Amino acid sequence: MNFDFTEEQGMLRDSVARYIQDSYDFDTRRSIAASPEGMSHEHWQTFAELGWLSVPFAEEHGGFGGSPVDIMLVMEELGKGIVLEPYLATVVLFGGLLERGGSAAQQAELIPRIIEGSCQGAFAYLERQSRHELADITTTAKAQGDGYQINGEKVVVFNGANADYVIVSARTSGEQSATDGITLLLVPTDAAGVERVSYRLMDGQVVSNIVFNNVEVPAESVIGAENGGYTLINGVVTIATIALAAEALGIMGQLNAKTLEYTKTRKQFGVAIGSFQALQHRMVDTFMAYEQTKSLLYRAVCELDGQGDDIAACIHALKVMVDRSGRLIFGEAIQLHGGMGITDELDIGHYAKRLMMINTTFGDGDYHQAQFNQLRYAG
Amino acid sequence: MDTKFAPEDLAFREEVRAFFDEAYDEELQSRFKDLTTFKDAVIEWQKRLYKKGWIAPGWPKEYGGTGWNATQKFIYETERSAAGVRDVIPFGLNMVGPVIYSFGTEEQKERFLPRILSSDDWWCQGYSETGAGSDLASLKTRAVREGDEYVVSGAKIWTSYAQYADWIFCLVRTNSEGKKQDGISFLLIDMHSPGIKVNPIVSIDNHHSLNEVEFNDVRVPVANLIGEQDKGWTYAKALLAHERTAIAGVPDSKRSLTEIRSFAAREVNGGKSLLSDPLFQKRLSDIEIELMALEFTELRVLASVASGGAPGAESSLLKIKGTEMQQAVQELRMDLAAYYQGVLPNELSAEQLGHEFGSQARQTYMYGRASTIYGGSNEVQKNIIAKAVLGL
Ligand SMILES: Cc1cc2nc3c(=O)[nH]c(=O)nc-3n(C[C@H](O)[C@H](O)[C@H](O)COP(=O)(O)OP(=O)(O)OC[C@H]3O[C@@H](n4cnc5c(N)ncnc54)[C@H](O)[C@@H]3O)c2cc1C
Repeated sequence: MNFDFTEEQGMLRDSVARYIQDSYDFDTRRSIAASPEGMSHEHWQTFAELGWLSVPFAEEHGGFGGSPVDIMLVMEELGKGIVLEPYLATVVLFGGLLERGGSAAQQAELIPRIIEGSCQGAFAYLERQSRHELADITTTAKAQGDGYQINGEKVVVFNGANADYVIVSARTSGEQSATDGITLLLVPTDAAGVERVSYRLMDGQVVSNIVFNNVEVPAESVIGAENGGYTLINGVVTIATIALAAEALGIMGQLNAKTLEYTKTRKQFGVAIGSFQALQHRMVDTFMAYEQTKSLLYRAVCELDGQGDDIAACIHALKVMVDRSGRLIFGEAIQLHGGMGITDELDIGHYAKRLMMINTTFGDGDYHQAQFNQLRYAG
Repeated sequence: MDTKFAPEDLAFREEVRAFFDEAYDEELQSRFKDLTTFKDAVIEWQKRLYKKGWIAPGWPKEYGGTGWNATQKFIYETERSAAGVRDVIPFGLNMVGPVIYSFGTEEQKERFLPRILSSDDWWCQGYSETGAGSDLASLKTRAVREGDEYVVSGAKIWTSYAQYADWIFCLVRTNSEGKKQDGISFLLIDMHSPGIKVNPIVSIDNHHSLNEVEFNDVRVPVANLIGEQDKGWTYAKALLAHERTAIAGVPDSKRSLTEIRSFAAREVNGGKSLLSDPLFQKRLSDIEIELMALEFTELRVLASVASGGAPGAESSLLKIKGTEMQQAVQELRMDLAAYYQGVLPNELSAEQLGHEFGSQARQTYMYGRASTIYGGSNEVQKNIIAKAVLGL
């Protein structure tokens, strides 16, 4: 049994942690969130220089060759600063799909550009009706000539507005919710027939609804095998869920620390409100929720790293725990800050909104609990 | 034990329904949604209620109340919620109005009550300060008497709708000796007085309803003092105890639950409606069962008040459970919207967004976090029950 990190991992984590502390305070974040793009290219370039964008990629493409543990460490620290730059969208999702299913040519062309910070990507998987079902896809890709013609609409595409390329999940065969018959296609966002409507979410990020109107792409645009997209989606969503859970853990830690600090300094009735046992017990509960979330995160990472056979259950359990702990922790953080907790000026509400957004991404707690039940107890 | 409505109650219910149906029209409703038209729309709606004679069901008849019995009030509230009709802004009608008719001079009653009823004056509540929230009695805003005037200096915070207000009712310190509750006075201050400055505070739902109100040597006629100097705490406490008919908000929660139910029947995940999902059903029924109980708890409290009992710590129970249920309903509604909850208001048209209430559900949920904080936080309410009911 060993829950320690390697020296290299410790250095990676410290590098992110230091940067967030020194160069990404809440005011900086606030002004980035208010900018039209909802991200800063300057910061992104620094992320590239510091090597963070290379973490999950193979060394042959100039990557760091990192494991899920490395992704987890980076994301937890980014969470502490509620960093807006699209690490999840470009590196974990877009890059992850290329790394898993991209052809040698696609990888050679795009991965080095991701690493150097000159390529932004997005994964367009959600549709209006799909809710939490990744396979519920009505967007179609029809074989045509030497390629495909894509028609349909994707919604809430993370980093859609800034992306140079998007990987879109489209149906090449099968029924609307079938896991078979899904194909992933790489589409430049300046291709004819791609229309983006971009808008801002509560957590500050700018996302897009993307309409594909007779968009034509060559056959080499397929990522992985035709009709075999679901396995790739599943794989990348697994690591992305771990990444999101790590980000959530970072946020939860910040919320707990800030709330604890506030209750030690805020005085009412002549004493610090932290001296009230009613509040002490609540903060013990949020502390325990944090620890339990961390444990499930580590469990899922170990399972994934060791190629265990319980990974699906671990991921469902983790997403349930992130949802429950997150709600408890941000709820208490707001409540214990009193009126201050309700203001937009304080960072607490912004941490809360990011946790809320994480909860609805790749299935909320109830969805994953139902999946867990199905896996464990049905048939 | 009897909760059946008599024929005259049913007739009253019909009258209430017919009135809301006609008077609460869609044009008016659309104006509530836009911050630039909100204030005028609220005033217009309240004036319609005033003309109908229904603006103040809680007031004694002699001051302009409806003279309804407890059943009629219950019916009115239930129908109001069921029709989705917004409640009145409470500060004038439910808060300072009762204080004025209970403790004010004849002159104060004549001067203020008619304009509260007609909504010609917009009131706000100036109690909280940065250092005095739950521990309200430690407030520091000072009023020093100079001849026929008080000179007020200090600042209030979290003052809802101060940006619209013509008047503010304030708790101010007139005496620093002795027990801190004993040196507080209840003062009515004209918001248009020189020396008042209102600073906006944006809340986590991205709206502006909260404010800080600064008082820089504001001169207030002594005639605006309620009751006796230094006795303001007594009046403020009476106001708190003056049971608000709808403290638990059960009818609104029930209405929202009905809406959630019909939406969940249409919302599909993986080919199945959300309403058929056992986990969703459990969340829904957990709330509905609590509300069924709370509705009767409220009726029991109202009945005991009607037969002469004092509304005391029971109203704390209603507040705690009521706000917990409001938040549970808001959370469920927001979860229904899945990722659409994240969209900021006015970023997209409803058609582009592809969802009926996502962003609004989140705003309601976020602002709803405040209901367990204001009006005496739920922790403070629990302290009250522990002490006053359980004798701990
Ligand atoms: C949306 C909103 C609207 C408001 N509108 C108005 C208004 O119009 N006019 C007005 O005057 N005020 C208004 N308020 C202020 C409100 O009444 C105060 O926020 C409330 O009294 C709590 O005070 P506080 O914010 O200073 O929190 P604090 O008193 O600092 O409380 C912080 C936390 O400590 C807890 N706590 C405090 N004391 C105890 C204790 N003894 N035991 C256990 N826990 C305790 C509280 O429950 C809370 O969780 C509004 C507040 C909000 C959020």
